Amino acid sequence: MVSAVRERSVRSAWDAAAEVTDPEMPMLTLADLGVLRSVTRDGDRVVATITPTYAGCPALDAMRGDLAAKLADFGDVEVRVSLTPPWSTDLISDEGRRKLAEAGVAPPAHVGPRSAGPVTLSLAPPAQRVVCPRCGSADTEVLSRFGPTACTALRRCRSCREPFEHMKDL
Amino acid sequence: MDTHDTNVYDALAAADHDGRWAHGAGFDETVVEVTAPAPEEVDRDDLATYCLMLADDALVASQRLSEWATNAPELEEEVALANIALDLLGQARVLLARAGHLGAAERFRTAGGASGATGNGRAQDDEDVLAYFRDDRNFCNVTLAEADLGDFGRTMAWMLVYSSWRLALMTTLRGSTDPVLAAVAAKAVPELAYQREYAAGWVVRLGDGTELSHVRAQAGLDAVWPFVEELFLAHPVETRLVEAGVAVDPASLRAAVDADVEQVLPVATLTRPERAAVGLVGGRGGRDGVHTESLGRMLAVMQSLARAHPGATW
Repeated sequence: MVSAVRERSVRSAWDAAAEVTDPEMPMLTLADLGVLRSVTRDGDRVVATITPTYAGCPALDAMRGDLAAKLADFGDVEVRVSLTPPWSTDLISDEGRRKLAEAGVAPPAHVGPRSAGPVTLSLAPPAQRVVCPRCGSADTEVLSRFGPTACTALRRCRSCREPFEHMKDL
Repeated sequence: MDTHDTNVYDALAAADHDGRWAHGAGFDETVVEVTAPAPEEVDRDDLATYCLMLADDALVASQRLSEWATNAPELEEEVALANIALDLLGQARVLLARAGHLGAAERFRTAGGASGATGNGRAQDDEDVLAYFRDDRNFCNVTLAEADLGDFGRTMAWMLVYSSWRLALMTTLRGSTDPVLAAVAAKAVPELAYQREYAAGWVVRLGDGTELSHVRAQAGLDAVWPFVEELFLAHPVETRLVEAGVAVDPASLRAAVDADVEQVLPVATLTRPERAAVGLVGGRGGRDGVHTESLGRMLAVMQSLARAHPGATW
């Protein structure tokens, strides 16, 4: 009985945590982004575990605070940050990709499992096909490899001439 | 209405931190991996020193790159350099916390002259102590990390070498028997690969650009070159840890850096410099705390706020 109640409360704590949005890309929840790893109970405490997108992501402290506030109703909250396994854009849900495109941010391509060997250096411009989130044209080019947040690059559509953000494949 | 949403600062204030200066206001999200036990039969002090070496390589390079803020030739490059600095700072923070967890921060804890300034021994305080209350003689980064970045051409030549070397190091370090080093490395590899592509792209563009950009790119590469040889020298701590499966042998990284340089330079129409390496002083270099003059000046800027206002919060 007690464990069933606990089970339920852990599940509703997950549901609550899953609604917290990313501070820099508020169209996505931490769950959409694949940053929310788990919500568990440790004694009387609720423990939420998140993983950073980039090692130096400055939004991490805000995520922590938002999660702690959201979960306060479930008891004492501890938010843990874990690096393993490393985050990848492949963890962004289909729902998250749809929301990104809707908000004018081109979603990342799937990168697949990472090779254990050395990464080869390419001097050619990035060859990936990125579709303009505004007009759907695939005729787009890189404006800047680094964008306004750690995880985006800037691109321009050659068809509709509009600049847009692209979430870098990582 | 959810009362937690009424003021965006409430959530931050409610978080369990004391608002110290740590790399910004109240960052304290040290990762859980930091407290993992050291691998068996590995000397704790050696492991702490190695974490500090890799942390300082990133912290010092990050601080250098951030000198470009408000000075970069274009807004896009300013954003790029700041992003790259932030990636390196992220690597440095976990490694400093790990070094602190293994005891490296203890002897610097009162160096600020006020014990209240240097925290209560939690991991996030270790980061502050190690970043702000060590003098240059106690930094163990390679001297390439502290080299003046000069103009944009030199900065890109510097970044090509630095990111190529650190990427090769982190690629191998993913197999370290220390779980923290392996985790940091796994996270760092794609970030460094992206940095290397950015730098290589600019080196080609500048080298194979105008007459002036070519001259500047070649001069930048020439200025950076004397610091390259030190990247492949093993410190005794590294040698011991290589045997234990923890560290990467610096000598093993030469082939990867050479390959990248040989791939980029011909396309950039640049020449591999023939320049004497910056010598060690009595066999001691950056890893031993023997640095060039510019590190002291850089640290003076980086550390002045924390030292002038011990225990300040915001």
